[in-house]
Formats: sequence, structure tokens, C-alpha cells
Amino acid sequence: MDDVLERILLKVQKPARYTGGEYNQIIKDKADVDIRMAFCFPDTYEIGMSNLGLQILYGAINAEPGMWCERCFAPWGDMEEEMRRVRMPLYALESGDPLFAFDAIGFSLGYEMAYTSVLNMLDLAGIPVRSADRRSLTPLVFAGGTSCVNPEPMADFLDLCAIGEGEELDIEILRLLRKAKAEGWDKPRFLREAAKIPGVYVPSLYEPEYNGDGTLKRVARREDAPEKVTKRIIEDMDSAFYPTNAIVPSTEIVHDRVVLELFRGCVRGCRFCQAGFVYRPVRRHSTAFLLDKARAALESSGYEEITLSSLSTSDFKGLAQLTDGLLEWCEPRKISLSLPSLRADNFSMGLMERVQKVRKSGLTFAPEAGSQRLRDVINKNVTEEELLHSCRVAFEGGWNTLKLYFMLGLPTETDEDVTAIARLAEKVLHTWREYAANKSRGVKITVSTSMFVPKPHTPFEWEAQTGVEEYLRRVKLLRESITSRSIVYNWHEPHVSLIEAALSRGDRRMGAVIEEVWKRGGRLDSWTDYFSFERWMDAFRACGLDPDFYAARERGEEELFPWDVIDVGVAKRYLARERREAYAGRVTPDCRVKCMGCGANCLLKRGGCDE
Amino acid sequence: MNRILFAKSGRAVFISHLDLMRTMQRAFIRAGVRIRHTEGFNPHPYMNFALPLSVGVESRCELMEFALEGEAGLSELPARLNAVLPEGIRVLDAYESDTKFKYIKWLDIEAHLFYYNEVHPAEELAAFFAGPELVMEKRTKRQTARVDIKPLIASLTVSGVSPSELLLTARLSAQEPVLSPAQLIEAVRQLSPALTPDFVRTKRLEVFDKDMNIFR
Ligand code: SF4
Ligand code: SF4
Repeated sequence: MDDVLERILLKVQKPARYTGGEYNQIIKDKADVDIRMAFCFPDTYEIGMSNLGLQILYGAINAEPGMWCERCFAPWGDMEEEMRRVRMPLYALESGDPLFAFDAIGFSLGYEMAYTSVLNMLDLAGIPVRSADRRSLTPLVFAGGTSCVNPEPMADFLDLCAIGEGEELDIEILRLLRKAKAEGWDKPRFLREAAKIPGVYVPSLYEPEYNGDGTLKRVARREDAPEKVTKRIIEDMDSAFYPTNAIVPSTEIVHDRVVLELFRGCVRGCRFCQAGFVYRPVRRHSTAFLLDKARAALESSGYEEITLSSLSTSDFKGLAQLTDGLLEWCEPRKISLSLPSLRADNFSMGLMERVQKVRKSGLTFAPEAGSQRLRDVINKNVTEEELLHSCRVAFEGGWNTLKLYFMLGLPTETDEDVTAIARLAEKVLHTWREYAANKSRGVKITVSTSMFVPKPHTPFEWEAQTGVEEYLRRVKLLRESITSRSIVYNWHEPHVSLIEAALSRGDRRMGAVIEEVWKRGGRLDSWTDYFSFERWMDAFRACGLDPDFYAARERGEEELFPWDVIDVGVAKRYLARERREAYAGRVTPDCRVKCMGCGANCLLKRGGCDE
Repeated sequence: MNRILFAKSGRAVFISHLDLMRTMQRAFIRAGVRIRHTEGFNPHPYMNFALPLSVGVESRCELMEFALEGEAGLSELPARLNAVLPEGIRVLDAYESDTKFKYIKWLDIEAHLFYYNEVHPAEELAAFFAGPELVMEKRTKRQTARVDIKPLIASLTVSGVSPSELLLTARLSAQEPVLSPAQLIEAVRQLSPALTPDFVRTKRLEVFDKDMNIFR
């Protein structure tokens, strides 16, 4: 190890985050490698290493001969300070080589609040943050991930965006880069060619024009850049790369366990939920495949816990069969099984008993809205009876802590809807009184609210966010409506949600704001230790932009959106129809009951969705 | 009881003691070697480490105690574990032992002392340690006490590696009471500040019982 690095590692917290060397990391001989990629996660090691997408892409790219993918995470403030003090450029964990030595730098953009960290990481690596200032072909700086469904806020900084699932797409991009390097292409030529790969969006080939009122007028396209970039998906999940030899961190991370991905997409169509729309259509692994991979992943990692992960795990057909099969293998080995993100509607005693056999963890339900009327508006198809029944099952089974998640500021929300949250929580408490297996230990019901963030590619992409003051008024109203001491109320701070709303529906001009925030010291903005609302507001002012224009403005039905260039499969007119249904308070059946023709089936070669 | 002797070096020196326990636990599972769990409400694999190692310190004499379950043989254990351990942790030996960790008395260490700005001849530092007593302030959990650490040093030599680097080797009291390499350097800082090194790289070499026999 480098002497200078060794010295600074002795001064910082949790140095094992910055060393690499974990079990299952991949080291290749540089002589056999002609494409080197740094997979960059713009958040801490503990968060990034818990990300299944990272483990999948890392494995998939490294499975390619001649390609070596390494990892890089955002350093915590103490480490950054030391690195800047000794002028040590940001490096990749496997080789310790600085990022500027790589051919490609790929960022995973899962959430908007990570944007400033992308700039900071590039700068720490001594790489200009703006795409236009990077003249040479390499390092190519690109990004993928959920936030890229609106690539415009980060357009100034990225050479290209990989839209959709990256297992195949990233490798196609790297292969083209290999060709470009071998044939000595310049960067513009490479980008023009890359734009021909389905799923690649090259921001520099598009030029937005604005109306006097600040809305988008049109987007001029250069050369033969595609009018729309359609997201890529993996159609046959069982034949795609599966990370059974995932890296096992030597230091504790957030999700320190095997994560088993059951399926992608969600059959529900909750109207506020971006993931529910942008990951369509549902594609699943077979139960036999999952049992096989779960065992292999547990054996290869030595983890003693496995969690089932998907958008709505309890919707997995054959879940009982899967959990039985897993438990049969896990129980004798003292491996515990956990099931996150359970929906309150089909939560059965049987399923709970299965989980409970090994370990009992806390339970979380997300009704999202307090009244049935509002749940119908957002298409959260769970009734009060179903929720209370699930709670009853849980209490009878001995659970005595329950978390309930809600959003405030959903479209059409009234004060009655807000106070209905308190009434619902009280009914849950009443259910406990009636059915608890053991009342002596008491009960703790936690109600949490956050401010609703309207997101691109959802039926609410036209909606205005409530605003900080109004949110706080509703928080106060809800707080005053909750009387029982067994119900604890936590509300999330709304300022982050406001910035998130502005960024998620931002246009290309937002890049200046992000850069300004970063220049003023912004990074790791998803951490309260670092987020500064004032800094963001100052940056907006300095750039002559108003966050409310992006967050709190209701859009006209015909408005052209910055993210319209991205086709996630679901048609905009379908979203508009869903919005009208929302206002009419009508629910839409899920994909299994009836296909409503959202358009996502067109992403499948086989043409039709099978769920 | 079963024991392994292992080394920790390179990038692995930054794995903390707590993380090392988790890492070892997982390595045994990966190796397919079952070890006995503790009894009680929250059973976990029984593993006992001899002298917890500070972050940043290299070692070639770490000891860990456990009890094998079932058939797994001790002789093949080092190879099986080494195949599944992270970079920098290497099992050197596996064996049965009926000694107790509390009988460890002395620890051999070496420390490279780096001086960025001035040159200090080895004799200068050797002379410092040669004094009849070395009374320093030692912090324990509860209090700060003035202690003469001289009796806790069985032997100590200093040699010069380069104008900016000295090599100190010493046999220090390993426990009851402990004199850690860090405390030894702290003594320099307190009693002869001018000799305080800018950076120290430490390595554990060997453990001994009270009769100066190698402890296993
Ligand atoms: S169930 Fe609803 S909220 Fe959950 S992932 Fe599916 S669409 Fe989103
Ligand atoms: S095409 Fe039909 S079944 Fe497929 S995702 Fe859209 S609504 Fe669901």
C-alpha cells in the first residue's frame, strides 16, 4: 500500500472503507486488460456496497474478457479533507489507481441528492466536471440508474447516459469504447456512434430551447441522434448475469446480507411511484433459479442472513414455495430470512410464521394515505380492512412494534385526509388491544410522514408539490390529531423533499445550480450532516432560477417535458389518462387482473406481458 | 480447544477488531467448517481472540480460539481458510492447545519510526529508553495514573535504517498490565518531545509466556 495513503488512513474514521481487498473482489492482470472501468457510487461505501445493482454490474462487466471493472465510492468528509491536503487523487479500490487512468468512469445515479457528489468525486480525481471541458476520448464519464430517467439536470457533466438496465448496455458501450480506442477515434466521433446503441442518450447531441415563461419550447437534435431513447431491459431474467460471488465487505455495511432479487418491475400501478412505472414490465426469476442462486450466494459469502428484494415482494407468485424451500436450507444452518417491503393487503399468517421461525424483525406497512378516498386517488389498492387484518395477524403473532408510512401533500389531499391518518393509526392501536398475544410488553406504533415528491414518468408528473409551509401546517394538524401515547409521530424534514422535487423534474439549466452548490461546498447531500437548504437556495438565486418553478408548478397537459426524450416504455398519454382517473377517484386494476395497455409490453421482444 | 495462528498485513491491517470477528465467522462458513456456537438466547459462533489488535498494526502472531464441530480436520484448516479469507489475512497454523490466553505475558514488536524533518541518530532514542525509570501518564478507562513503564519493557533495541527512519524492536508486557507500542511512543512524546516521530508503523512479531517461551 502507498505510504501516503497508509498515513492518512490512520487518521480517518472507518478506514477499511477506503482500502479494498475484500473477499471476492476482482483483480485482473493489467497486461490482459484493454478496457478499465471505474464503477463510481456517489455515496458512502456502506451505502454503495449494499446496492445490488453495483454487485450485478461489477460481476457482469468483469465476466467480459479484457475488461476490468473496479469500484470507487464517495469519501466521507474527514477522508476527503486528508486527500485534498496531501493532493491524493480519488482512486479505485481494487488497484488503487487514480480515476483519471481509467477508460470509463460510470456513475450509478439512484437518487437526485447524490448529484453533487458526482461533481465532487470527479474533482477529487482531478477530472474536469463538465463534459465540454473533457476533450479527450478517455476517461469517458457516463451514468446509469433510476435518476437517469430524467438525465437533463446532469446533462452538462455526463458524456452519455445509459438508460435502463445496464447488464448488456454497459458492456456494449465499453465494447464500442474499446473499438474507438483501437482505431483512434476522437470523442465527438465516439459519442455520435454511441448514440446509435439503443438505450444510450448523449446529451451533447441535443439542444433545448425555452419559451419566455421558462418552459421547454423544443429540443434541437444534431445529426442522426434518435428522437427518443428507449430504456433497455433484460427480458429473460434467468439467463442474465446473477452475482452469486458478490464481494463480501470486511467492514459493516447497511445491508450486510445476501440480497435475492426476485423480479423487476411491479404489477401495481401506484400513481405516485416512479419505480412502479419506470421498471415496467414485470420480469421474474423462476423459483428453481432463485433457490439455486440463494444457496450459491450464501455459500460463497458466508452471510448468515438473506433478504428477498423486489419492489413488492409479497406479489411474487410462488412466494410460499420459495420461502419454504429457502427455510429448509437456512434453518439447519442458522441462517435467517427477512422479507422487506411487505404490502399490507396479502400479508398472511403463514408467510409471517415462515419469517418468524428464524428471527422476528420489525414490521413496516406503507398505506401512504390515511383515507380510502385518497388511497383510491393514488391507486394504492389496499383497504382499511386489509390493513387492519394484517395488523391483527401481526399482533396475534406476537409483533408489538409497527411502523406506518404516509405521504403528505398528495394530489387532492384535504385536511380530512390528513386527520384520517390519525384515525387509522388509532384503529391499528385498537386492533392491538383486541388481539395482541401478549399485552404486557406494550405496543409502539410509529407513524411517519414525508412530503410528496412528484416524479417524472408517473401520472403525477404534472403536479405541483405542496410547499414547505403547507406541509408543516399539515404536520401540525396531524400531530394534534394523534392523542394516544402509544402512537409516535415522526415527520421528515420537507426541505430535502423540495430540492429533490426541483432536481427530479429539472431541465438542463439545473446543471448550473448543481455546479454552484458543489462549488459552495455541497456534497453527500442525502446526509443531514452535509445537506444545507440555504446553500441550495443561494445557488438557485445565483443562477437566476426558482426552485418553485420546478417543484411547485402545476404543468399544463400539453407541456413538453425535459425527460420526454426518454422513453421508459409507458406512454405519456397513458400517464395522462391515469392522472384523470386519479382525479375521478377511480382505481386501475393491476397488470395481473387486466392489462390496461400502458405501452411497456413493447419493450419485450415476445410482445406481451406475462403477469 | 482448537486454535489458529494467523497473520494480518497489507490492506487487512485496517480491518477493526469487531469487523475481524465477523470476517472470520464468515470465512469459516465459506470454508464449510462448522464451529461450536454459544448457548443462550442469541447463539453465535464461539471465537476468542488473544490480544485485540489495533487498527493499522500488522501482525504475524495473532491467535484465535474456537471449537470445531463434526469431521473437519485441523491439518487441512489453514489451506481451507486461506482459500476464502480476504487479502492480507493468512492462517499459518491450526492446532489443539490447552494453554490459556491469560498466560500470555510478553509480546515482541517492531516499530519503524519516521522523522520527516530532522535526523535523529539511533543512539539518541536508545539512550532515552536506557534511563533507570520511565514515568509517564498512562490513561486507563477510569483514570490517568503516573506509571513507571520501565519494568514493562523486557528488552529494547534501536537501529538506524536511513537518516529519516529508525527501527525499534522490543519485548513488551502484553497484559496485566499492558504496554502497547502506541503507549511506548506516547512515552517518548511525553518525556522527550523532540524525539517524537512523525509516523510509526508497527508490527507484532511473537507472543511469549512468563518464562519467555513462545506461547501457542
Ligand atoms: S406496490 Fe405500488 S408503491 Fe410499491 S413498488 Fe409497486 S407501484 Fe410502487
Ligand atoms: S402493458 Fe399491460 S400488463 Fe404490461 S405493464 Fe403495461 S399495463 Fe401492465
